[in-house]
Amino acid sequence: MERKILHSVTGLFNTPDEIIKAAKEVNKAGYKKFDIHTPYPVHGLEKAMKLPRSPLGYFAFVLGATGAALALFFMWWTMSVAYPNNIGGKPFFSLPAFIPVTFEVTVLLASVGTVISMIVIFFKFPNNSHPLHDTDYMKAVSTDKYGLCIESNDPNFNLEKVKNFFSSIGAYNITEIYWDNEELNTKKVIFEPKFVIGLISIAIITSGITYYLLNKLMFMEPFSWMMKQQKLSAQAMTTFFQDGFSMREPVVGTVARGFKPYPYPADSVILAENNLINPLEYTEENLNAGKAKYNTFCSPCHDYHGTGQARLNGQFPNPPSLHSDRARNWKDGHIYHVITMGQNTMPAYNKQLSEKERWQIVLYVRALQRALNAKEEDLQ
Amino acid sequence: MSQDNLVLYEKKELPGKLTIIGLAILILGIILTVLAFSTDTLRASYNLILTLTWIYGIGLGALFLVALEYIVGADWSVPFRRVTEIVATLIFVVPILSIPLLLNLDTVFVWLNPELLKADKYIAGKVPYLNQDFFVIRTIAIFIIMFIFYYLLVGRSFKQDKTKNPNINRLSVKLSALFMPIFAICITVISIDWLMSLEPKWFSTIFGVYYFAGSVLAALSLITFISILLAENGYLSKFLTEDHYYNFGALMFAFTNFWAYIAFSQFMLIWYANIPDETLWYMTRGNEGWFAVSIGLIIVKFAIPYLALVTRPSKSNQFRLKIIAVWVFLAHYYDLYWIVMPEYTRKTAEHTPVYSWFELSVPILVIGLIWVVFTFVGKNKNLMPIGDPKFRKGLEFHL
Repeated sequence: MERKILHSVTGLFNTPDEIIKAAKEVNKAGYKKFDIHTPYPVHGLEKAMKLPRSPLGYFAFVLGATGAALALFFMWWTMSVAYPNNIGGKPFFSLPAFIPVTFEVTVLLASVGTVISMIVIFFKFPNNSHPLHDTDYMKAVSTDKYGLCIESNDPNFNLEKVKNFFSSIGAYNITEIYWDNEELNTKKVIFEPKFVIGLISIAIITSGITYYLLNKLMFMEPFSWMMKQQKLSAQAMTTFFQDGFSMREPVVGTVARGFKPYPYPADSVILAENNLINPLEYTEENLNAGKAKYNTFCSPCHDYHGTGQARLNGQFPNPPSLHSDRARNWKDGHIYHVITMGQNTMPAYNKQLSEKERWQIVLYVRALQRALNAKEEDLQ
Repeated sequence: MSQDNLVLYEKKELPGKLTIIGLAILILGIILTVLAFSTDTLRASYNLILTLTWIYGIGLGALFLVALEYIVGADWSVPFRRVTEIVATLIFVVPILSIPLLLNLDTVFVWLNPELLKADKYIAGKVPYLNQDFFVIRTIAIFIIMFIFYYLLVGRSFKQDKTKNPNINRLSVKLSALFMPIFAICITVISIDWLMSLEPKWFSTIFGVYYFAGSVLAALSLITFISILLAENGYLSKFLTEDHYYNFGALMFAFTNFWAYIAFSQFMLIWYANIPDETLWYMTRGNEGWFAVSIGLIIVKFAIPYLALVTRPSKSNQFRLKIIAVWVFLAHYYDLYWIVMPEYTRKTAEHTPVYSWFELSVPILVIGLIWVVFTFVGKNKNLMPIGDPKFRKGLEFHL
């Protein structure tokens, strides 16, 4: 294609010092529409070119602030509103733990967003063509040369004068850059079918390869050797046994070692209360053991002192106080039965606490009840 | 600077008046310190620890910056290296400061209290490290090691002014490489011994880095302030440009962020793990009176310097840099106060921040010491390393 319109005159320099000197000279000569291209950011250049301050910093600031606010909002909403979870006893909104994530999102949004806004706003996306593209000048300045370019729409532009000016400040390879108006207005290379199809096919190929690697290749030999072992998986079906289950049930009537059956069903608490007698004595050892187990297993709901106003308050329904007259008048067997079989929301603890430990807790609960309703003779 | 016979630096002696003012401040500081010791030995001892770690941090930080320049081959800092080297001389003051403390270690360090050792098996388990003999040996060994490196790095550079021998730089680079790991160990030991062991039960593996970050920041701010002050009054070369100062601003900015990063990492890990042995240090600083001081530390040492240095012009504007340098320098005092004094109020069971002439004697003494040492050492010396082969390159530096 033949290019007709003169865009600019360009010249090359070899060192950053020369280009800074050239920038000063251009300003002195009174040219306004000029640009400088360097392979890397050269410090002090914007001052020599007398450029106004770039507004990109404000974009970065706004985007960064948005990132910080979004990250904090998201964590606040998920962690303390929508799905509050007790994590290590920390508050639902625990700022110190959120700061690293907030920092990451701030940096991510600020950096990526600034690049995108630079491309969209300043490079006028999707227009990605420029007269300087595909020229020898651009090839030189994007490798190791420093280029100056004075545009033809400058009010002082005069081709001969500009060329003389270039040679006076020591530039070499002084070339004129021509372009075509249609090129800018009609040809949006980024929307060309060839480019779009190329982009889509890269996406398909990449995701296809990823799918093949992660979902197919990993299950072929030899990668699958760790998975295919000569044993039955716990939940898998099998043809080895007639019923198809790979897990076997113990023989009918099997009892674990040390297991003692608890004779009272969950709803027969009166029977248990009348028949069970605490085999343990009120010794310091028993009470201390009972306290330790109580603090671990009971205190999350019942509170350390049995009031029912415990630290899980709000996440579970509050249990009634252990100091009510009703609870104090229960026999030991009643409390033991509730610990063993559970009651209402309270689960059964017979799997987690041994028989002896349950009786020790009963002793400790008794001591707690006594402490709040001490009689005169206890003081002696 | 094309002519070869150009005078890069003209020696101009520091006025004698300066030494007299410095001496006056120093004497005031010494009088206040002696008075403090005779009134309340315990409180004065804590304040002397603060003085010692402040001064030693600056001295070691300056020595570190000298070594850093050699090791990375920096050009821009060569014109300021002499100022840094003179500041590094402060390490010679520290042994004198430490004498009153080393003579009665048991006033401040609770790990020397036999009753406590009997009562607390955790602290008793640390006795192989935390005992008087080993403590004194460590401290003196570090003093001597640092003196040797001072002589090797700084002393040889002083001599270079006369001999103009360009070859000594090559050895200095190698010595700096040797210096770095030794310095890292020494400054960690200093921070553990003098600051962390004030609360012997507490430990934080990042504490040495925390002290290092703060100390280098303090040294950097002091060197920035002195360099700009000297340059403005014509004691340095007239070829210094904004680009030189820009690096000071950038480094201060970097170390401010580094300090904040380390301080936050230390806090967050301890807060998250929530182990009583570790949280107790922050609990002391989080109770009613000290909580405001702790929040203030974030603002004084991080937020304000960060916002002051974040824009580009404020890194190269000499006037702004000077103010920020003073701020950062005093912010390090705030930081050390926050580390040391809560331990004092815990010991006296006051649990609220204390500040009176006892504490005010610290900055007076420190400023007096820096002033006197700088004017005394700098008086007969060139204030720029004219013998360095990179001196001219350093002056011609631009970004």
